[in-house]
Amino acid sequence: MTTDEQTLFDSNEITLSMGPQHPSTHGVLQVKLKLDGERVLDAECVIGYLHRGVEKLGEHQTYGQFLPTLDRMDYIAAVSNCLGYCEAIERLLGIEAPPRAQYVRVLLTELNRISSHLLWLGTHALDIGAMTVFLYCFREREEVLKIFENYCGARLTTHIFRIGGLQYEIYDGFEEQVRTFVKDFPKKIDEYEQLLTENRIWIGRTRGVGVLTKEEAIDLGVTGPCLRASGLEWDIRKSNPYAAYSEFDFEIPVGEYGDTYDRYLCRIEEMRQSNRIVAQAVEKIPDGPIKAKVSKIIKPPVGDIYHSIEAPKGELGYYVVSDQTTLPYRVRVRPPSYVNLQALRQMVTGHMVADVVAVIGTLDIVLGEVDR
Amino acid sequence: MDFLVDFVLIPSIKIGVVFGVVSLVVAYLTLLERKVIAFMQVRLGPMRVGPYGLLQPIADGLKLMLKEDIVPSGADRMVFTMAPIITLIPAFIVFAVIPFGPTISILGRDVSLYITDLNIGVLYVLSVSSIGILGVILGGWASNSKYPLLGALRSAAQMVSYEVALGFSIIGVLMLSGSLSLVDIVESQRDSGYWYVFLQPVGFILFFVCGVAETNRAPFDMPEAETELVAGFHTEYSGFRFSLFFLAEYASMIVITSMTVTLFWGGWLRPFPNIEALAFLDLIPGVVWFGLKVLMFLYLYLWFRASWPRYRYDQLMNLGWLYLLPIAIGNVIVTAVLVLVLRG
Repeated sequence: MTTDEQTLFDSNEITLSMGPQHPSTHGVLQVKLKLDGERVLDAECVIGYLHRGVEKLGEHQTYGQFLPTLDRMDYIAAVSNCLGYCEAIERLLGIEAPPRAQYVRVLLTELNRISSHLLWLGTHALDIGAMTVFLYCFREREEVLKIFENYCGARLTTHIFRIGGLQYEIYDGFEEQVRTFVKDFPKKIDEYEQLLTENRIWIGRTRGVGVLTKEEAIDLGVTGPCLRASGLEWDIRKSNPYAAYSEFDFEIPVGEYGDTYDRYLCRIEEMRQSNRIVAQAVEKIPDGPIKAKVSKIIKPPVGDIYHSIEAPKGELGYYVVSDQTTLPYRVRVRPPSYVNLQALRQMVTGHMVADVVAVIGTLDIVLGEVDR
Repeated sequence: MDFLVDFVLIPSIKIGVVFGVVSLVVAYLTLLERKVIAFMQVRLGPMRVGPYGLLQPIADGLKLMLKEDIVPSGADRMVFTMAPIITLIPAFIVFAVIPFGPTISILGRDVSLYITDLNIGVLYVLSVSSIGILGVILGGWASNSKYPLLGALRSAAQMVSYEVALGFSIIGVLMLSGSLSLVDIVESQRDSGYWYVFLQPVGFILFFVCGVAETNRAPFDMPEAETELVAGFHTEYSGFRFSLFFLAEYASMIVITSMTVTLFWGGWLRPFPNIEALAFLDLIPGVVWFGLKVLMFLYLYLWFRASWPRYRYDQLMNLGWLYLLPIAIGNVIVTAVLVLVLRG
């Protein structure tokens, strides 16, 4: 978009550059807005401020070395990033992680989904002005991060799984800690809902804002809760089960109108379902080894693989090409945030400035993943 | 001699005391806000400066004064400098007519616990406090920056439209008391035996809601919606100039709560001035009752901020013009008819 040299008196339009230093663009996103008063005529996203060349780095690190780098993509949901890549390489190698590892993976990934959604809810509510929800969410997120910290020593960029299974056996008291969390968490969700779900101001700010119909969502390639809120029941955990998801009982919440309020309800319900999965998983973690037999030097046979999982933000896919050396020939990531961000322009056009931050919040983007 | 004491010495002392107390209350209101909201959000709030963070406001003030004063390039220096002052002064001089307590005798001399009793007190408050908006608009304009400009436009629209409903919501009280003097309004509440909140509940709610909107506080804090417009009209202000805007905002919060208490909650009167059995409550001075009531409404302000999301600009306008204003006018008509019928 070219910005003409105009004074405020020449036209009714002003160009407002929102970001990259702006409190509510969730990182270093820049949105160039064309405004008529407070109404948005056009919006253009400028991305790339956090580009670190993750995909290129993958070509220069061995399969195992690449894992910690991946944590830095979607740093809110590092566990999902790790799971997707580990499973892709396992499929390339033709091995499978033992059942015990599979269960622990599901459990930790779902906990991570909860913590990711909590961060989304907190910041989204904060953008719309509900400050208290933010701190309540961080209170529960802390509990999840404590579990991660006890398990692997890190809280955010966890490097939690290894190709072939797990690095560490679960610690003493792990089940107890998870059970306590699972028991308390639904009550905490009720607390958030009490503050927001039936609040007139909240409904006023989110109903009918940033509507994305089912067809538009499919055309734009939107995935995850944003797609489900538009009415399509599409969840890779159900449609192409990976890890041990086929053995768990859970539902896929679906929205009706595809507006910001529906996406809010969808994610809230997803947290409840994730909690259900964690509750089931912790009760039936099987005994056995935690890691399949993988040679120290990983050299997958010549070939390529595309493997995708349902990350908290949508479909996270890895396309890996191997030329039977220790380094991958090519690693390509399909990041959900990046694809979902495409929808921003048509979601905000015609709305007010205040809705732009609501829509950025509801898309649940992480700039580390958008830019890689 | 008496002339000097009555018209120079005593008023000067009163002005000094009111100014000092209001400034102190404003400073500690910021601490109260942080503490109250912190407790609602399961955290502690400031704890480092002094015991339980009690010296935090002083540290904040010092910090703001020592900060570099930045004027953006291209800003209109003169207007930029004047804007915070234009906002601050009206917020403070309104206190001249707020009756904090009744007339008491000190050293054999009758001293009224208010600076002056204007016979058009209500009008004075309304008109003087509207001048503050001018500073907001000028500040946003003079910054030569887009976010402050949008913030200033929002506040101008918001404050002007809510002022209308605010004015209408008071008329009921004026009809009941038959006076525009704030002291007379309190005294007529004592004489009639009822606080006007019981006779004018709708008027009270309207007044308080519009008051929250007037002072740009949550959930109507659009002009400074920090997540949309960064900091609204004072985005480009820093250091001491910023603190003047900040002081003005909190001072006008106290003005609105004081007005609420004076007009609807009996000012310095004890609860239920008509019930003789509660006469022992008169042992507590009127100033304390006044302070307690003001504190109660200030707490309500903070409670709002911790609980509610923010309205959107157009929704706020709809609320003001489509709901509050018609209800306020309806309230005036109903009150007028009732006064006419009941008093004959």
